[in-house]
Amino acid sequence: MKALGLILAGGNNNRMQELSAKRAIAAMPIGGSYRSIDFVLSNMTNSHVQTVAVLTQYNARSLNEHLSSSKWWDFGRKQGGLYTFTPTVTSDNSWWYRGTADAMCQNIDFLRKRHEPYVIIAGGDCIYKMDYNKVLDYHIEKKADITVVCKDMPKDEDVSRFGVVRMNEDYRIVEFEEKPMVAQSNTISTGVYIIRRRQLIEMLERCQEENRWDFVNDILIRYKNMKHIYGYKMEDYWSNISTVDSYYKTNMDFLNPDVRKYFFREAPQIYSKIDDYPPAKYNPGSDVRNSLISSGCIINSKVEGSLLFKNVFVGNNCVIKNSVILNDVYIGDNTHIENCIVESRGTLRANTYYCGDNGVKVVAEHNERFMI
Amino acid sequence: MIRKEMIAMLLAGGQGSRLGVLTSGVAKPAVAFGGKYRIIDFPLSNCINSGIDTVGVLTQYQPLRLNRHIGIGIPWDLDRNNGGVTVLPPYEKSTNSEWYTGTANAIYQNLNYMDSYDPEYVLILSGDHIYKMDYEVMLDFHKANQADITIATMPVPIEEASRFGVVITDENKKITEFEEKPEHPRSNLASMGIYIFSWKVLKESLIAMKDQSNCDFGKHIIPYCHEKQQRIFAYEYNGYWKDVGTLGSYWEANMELIDLIPEFNLYEEYWKIYTKNENVSPQFIAADARVDKSIVGEGTEIYGEVYNSVIGSGVSIGKGAVVRDSIVMKDVQIGEHTIIDKSIVGDKTEIGKNCRLGVGDYAPSTLNPKVYAFDLVTIGENSIIPDNVSIGKNTAISGVTEASDYPGGMLASGGAIIKEGDSV
Repeated sequence: MKALGLILAGGNNNRMQELSAKRAIAAMPIGGSYRSIDFVLSNMTNSHVQTVAVLTQYNARSLNEHLSSSKWWDFGRKQGGLYTFTPTVTSDNSWWYRGTADAMCQNIDFLRKRHEPYVIIAGGDCIYKMDYNKVLDYHIEKKADITVVCKDMPKDEDVSRFGVVRMNEDYRIVEFEEKPMVAQSNTISTGVYIIRRRQLIEMLERCQEENRWDFVNDILIRYKNMKHIYGYKMEDYWSNISTVDSYYKTNMDFLNPDVRKYFFREAPQIYSKIDDYPPAKYNPGSDVRNSLISSGCIINSKVEGSLLFKNVFVGNNCVIKNSVILNDVYIGDNTHIENCIVESRGTLRANTYYCGDNGVKVVAEHNERFMI
Repeated sequence: MIRKEMIAMLLAGGQGSRLGVLTSGVAKPAVAFGGKYRIIDFPLSNCINSGIDTVGVLTQYQPLRLNRHIGIGIPWDLDRNNGGVTVLPPYEKSTNSEWYTGTANAIYQNLNYMDSYDPEYVLILSGDHIYKMDYEVMLDFHKANQADITIATMPVPIEEASRFGVVITDENKKITEFEEKPEHPRSNLASMGIYIFSWKVLKESLIAMKDQSNCDFGKHIIPYCHEKQQRIFAYEYNGYWKDVGTLGSYWEANMELIDLIPEFNLYEEYWKIYTKNENVSPQFIAADARVDKSIVGEGTEIYGEVYNSVIGSGVSIGKGAVVRDSIVMKDVQIGEHTIIDKSIVGDKTEIGKNCRLGVGDYAPSTLNPKVYAFDLVTIGENSIIPDNVSIGKNTAISGVTEASDYPGGMLASGGAIIKEGDSV
């Protein structure tokens, strides 16, 4: 492969309420058995990208734990490999990553030393499958300086939390607005960029001289009339999970058979860390319908229209409806959960009631757990 | 190189012919168990959980699946710079090129492997039992008794003892006598086929007995050592241990896993069992599906009904289908409105629509009544069963079958369809 991968997974986020209080968005559990970053990592490895650096700083522990071994994504190689770069104090820098461009800038030596001619930059908070080689071919064919992967969102969707682009008939990006108050189009940037490595180094050096830190504002938008920045339209499933509602919706999407087939059954595969949980167990009294259940779960009652992540215990006489129960949750007897996202490792007491009446409710309970 | 105190030799070359068509294309240790596992996962996980990081796996019969499963040992953390898992197939020598002819002969042919680690103790295991055991405790027992050989034994009901090799011990657990399948057993301590040898003793006895044909631990090596007045001790094990050598015991052991609190509990945090996961995605239970008293593996999609069953990973069960009291292994597809009772379905088998498995009255198997008993329908891996057929009890099917193989759409109880040449 002619490119190396940079995954920007460091951003702070307060739109996720308690869910991101202790973990980076890229480490959010998705689709029952995965973490958000698995999708971009699998895309990289399936596109034969052998060298990937994950830039992270905010709440990095759970992400680091997930990336503690690179073998699950086949990055355990002598050539290349998986790197995680957190900010480090050096003799001439003691800053955190002040922005996406700064994050790359602080690791510019890594970019200088590599030999791959291109760099694929991607976020860790998007759920999609993509062969980056196709984008790279397009990038070369268009003689682009930067290629931005774009997606047309449905007309009624609020795109104000994305970067909104407008392209001319040749797909050159003529307008790029970051998080606009009023969007001019429904085409958004997916946060996946391809750029020549030397070009990137040059632009980053210039940013540094001018004390600019953000890749979108200080490179994409600033250079868009001077450099050839093209859009590549992706048609397949793509979803960003960085709000509670979109996180809930993305998880619920996996109840759709087409989405499941696309991600779980069709090649190429999505890889994740192996946890060694036993098969899910359905005890007498379980009544599971239209739900996704992961390994290690033990179910004793009613579950409907929900996702149970790994190693969840559901006691007797519970009702779990339209909810997302993250990994290692213990749910006591006679509990009712509806329209909720239950934070991982939580312990829900017996005889309790949780219901998201106006939208999805995030439940983070840290009761003591008594195990028999 | 750090010297290894104890290494393990795992005998995984046997066919397990009493499992019938389940082992026609794979060695018994590679047969699926408990939804997502394979039988060999249990001794391999026991090894790493007991702190043994050097394991030689002796393979011979149909090793492809086994080799692929073991790989370089990643699932068991046995991918090591020094030690780790090594697959040991029979090989050609300058003087002869024989197969492994017996358990001890197989170990003898790998003296060089053991010599290269020069351990103090060698643990001999077989790859066809389901149990959790801390071999380190057994080693402590071995050392405390200054034993030359320690044999793991377990108490069995005295009326069943005549099916086993039993040992008779003195009050210090030192073995005084052996009886192989005795008619009137004088002890109920049955040998489990697990031995710890002091390496020097093992080496000496293997070399001394090298010309013995079909050299076997139970029949030749242990008696030889006993005769030489070596110190042989019986280590008593009291946990769950299941020999899954017959279709009946294999089915039973799987069914025990679905009890409310199973005697053999895979859900304990302590002493995990590891396996190679090819599929990590969650399982889907459809809106009109029912799953009750069952365990289900990863990536399975259930649109029908499942009761009292063990379902592997990557299985799909169609709308209106019913699976009861059955074992369904990996990547099996079950068509709509098919009803399956008390069956064992091998990996990657496809069963058509509107079939009935396990119907009709009892009839003994015409193929092999000793193997195909217990009223089970047994279907080997990679088989295909066409739509609209009925299959009776004590039946066996292997290979790609067509509607013309079922006169009147029926395979009567006791029947068998074995297609040759489907699996190499």
